[in-house]
Amino acid sequence: MGLYLLRRLYQTVIVFFVITAIVFLMLHISGDPVELLLPQDATEQDVVELRQTLGLDKPLLVQYGIFLANAMRGDLGVSYHHGQPALKLVLERLPASLQLVCTSILISIIIAIPLGVLSASRRGKLLDRLSLLGSLVGISSPPFWIGIVFILVFAVELRWLPSSGRGTWAHLVLPATSLALYRLALFMRLVRAGMLDIMTQDFIRTARSKGVSEKMVIYKHALKNTLIPFVTIAGMQMGSLLAGAIVTEKVFAWPGLGRLFLDSIGVMDYPVIIAWTLVIATIFLSINLFVDIIYVWLDPRIRHEK
Amino acid sequence: MKNNIKTAAPHTGNGPDSDTTYSAPMASFLGYKYIPAERQLLHSFVSNKLVLGASVLFILCVLGAVFAPLISPVDPIEQTLRARLRPPIWYERGLSPYILGTDRLGRDVLSNIIYGLRISLMVGILSVALSLVIGLTLGLIAGYARGFWENLIMRAVDVQLSLPLIMVALCFMVIFGQGLGKMIIVIAITGWAVYARTVRGTVLSIREKEYVEAAHALGFGPGTIMIKYLFLNAITPILVLTAVQVPRVIILEATLSFLGVGVPVSTPSIGLCIARGYQVLFSGSWWASIFPGLALMFLVGCINVLADWLRDALEPRSREQV
Repeated sequence: MGLYLLRRLYQTVIVFFVITAIVFLMLHISGDPVELLLPQDATEQDVVELRQTLGLDKPLLVQYGIFLANAMRGDLGVSYHHGQPALKLVLERLPASLQLVCTSILISIIIAIPLGVLSASRRGKLLDRLSLLGSLVGISSPPFWIGIVFILVFAVELRWLPSSGRGTWAHLVLPATSLALYRLALFMRLVRAGMLDIMTQDFIRTARSKGVSEKMVIYKHALKNTLIPFVTIAGMQMGSLLAGAIVTEKVFAWPGLGRLFLDSIGVMDYPVIIAWTLVIATIFLSINLFVDIIYVWLDPRIRHEK
Repeated sequence: MKNNIKTAAPHTGNGPDSDTTYSAPMASFLGYKYIPAERQLLHSFVSNKLVLGASVLFILCVLGAVFAPLISPVDPIEQTLRARLRPPIWYERGLSPYILGTDRLGRDVLSNIIYGLRISLMVGILSVALSLVIGLTLGLIAGYARGFWENLIMRAVDVQLSLPLIMVALCFMVIFGQGLGKMIIVIAITGWAVYARTVRGTVLSIREKEYVEAAHALGFGPGTIMIKYLFLNAITPILVLTAVQVPRVIILEATLSFLGVGVPVSTPSIGLCIARGYQVLFSGSWWASIFPGLALMFLVGCINVLADWLRDALEPRSREQV
């Protein structure tokens, strides 16, 4: 198991370096920020000077080396637009995004697990059909559109909840719920499918034939084993949710990472775009690594392997 | 096998509803037994009303997309200033050819939906086809050639799969700029890895089989073997994967366009349409954003239903690719 973890760690580090290289290279192929930064009447001298201060005049490999060395110290450059360290800007926005993502993943898990179990144990009944139909709608709707529907219903028509901004808990309700819907549908299907699969296995039949009550069979034997693969997928969804929250943040004017990224695209603020990508990738990779460890630890078949 | 059964307390008698919960999977299991294998696919298709309905709706969508210039009431990008922000036709202020109303610049919502679905389907099919070609080729090479190339390709797959798709797509779109063709390529790049992994897995699982060895011994070249045996074995997982990928890609396209990094603003795309409708949402003009989203939801929903059916029919035991 130790060897496995070591290999996973090594793999994660490699992936991370590949990402830094790709992001760095791609952004430098894409365009020159100097023209955007300088006023219309800038002289040739101004251009050369700005290129020097930004370090854009050096060979690409040297630039990447400097970038990597600085990144190790947590210095990802200064935002062209805001004049502040890019990493600081991104990290400042992180709590807002994490709040949104964690709330929405909690909402989806809390609803999806009982719903999936109930649905599986009443297969073919009305509740099962309704929740399957609901989950179909959930996985088929564009997440940003769900947000718009929520705004229309709960903010514009009913005037129950605020439609944008961050502040009170009421502000969190609509964005978190609309972001949760797709994962809720996905998790519910996963739990349901997992339960149905497990319910046909031998150890469930053994438990039943021993006279274990149906409740115990469902909640103790089946659910426990369903949740092991579920942990992996739910964990990995959390990382991608952080990137996916970008549309929800746009719709609800939520001041998170995604908004910062979208604003930075408009002004070609390279350091911030790089910092965003690296922060998201770091979180995503760490979560995946962590989830893998948990998974190995949860499943005794893997845990006891040499 | 887990040994947690012994921890359960002994209990006499079953719960009141144990009979029904147990009978459903058994019934469907028993029901399948009487259908000849070759007719199972057709039977499961016809017997499921949801699947039938979804395929009818899907075919209508495809026809609508193909014949968009013929059926759409007006030109989707034509701006009619006298008909700005008209509600759907059943409202008092509704205007004649604009059945689902108009947006801020007087563009017909229905025509935009029809042309938008055309773009959605086009991006969905083309980019999935492209990632299929890339993934299939690299997967076959990785599985068949082994050694250095396998390592290189599989590490690339690892990198690709260890990143959030939307992040990769966003970064590439920012770098390359807007454009329909660019977006198809970018989305294809985000999707090839799953194909490569699946194809390689299939190749590895059958390359040691006797009939492949026999083909080798009979003097068939690697090309023939690849196409004849490896590809035929991989076709089922590829089909299922494709059915799952298309709806994802369609939503990704809408998302990128909604964020303003997808297709250029002059293109009638559902994502752009919703983005424009969103700007006028607070002034009460809900139709410009709700209808396009609803249309996309139906299209994606149909494909999801068909994909689920296809997966259940072809791979009854698989549940990993959700």
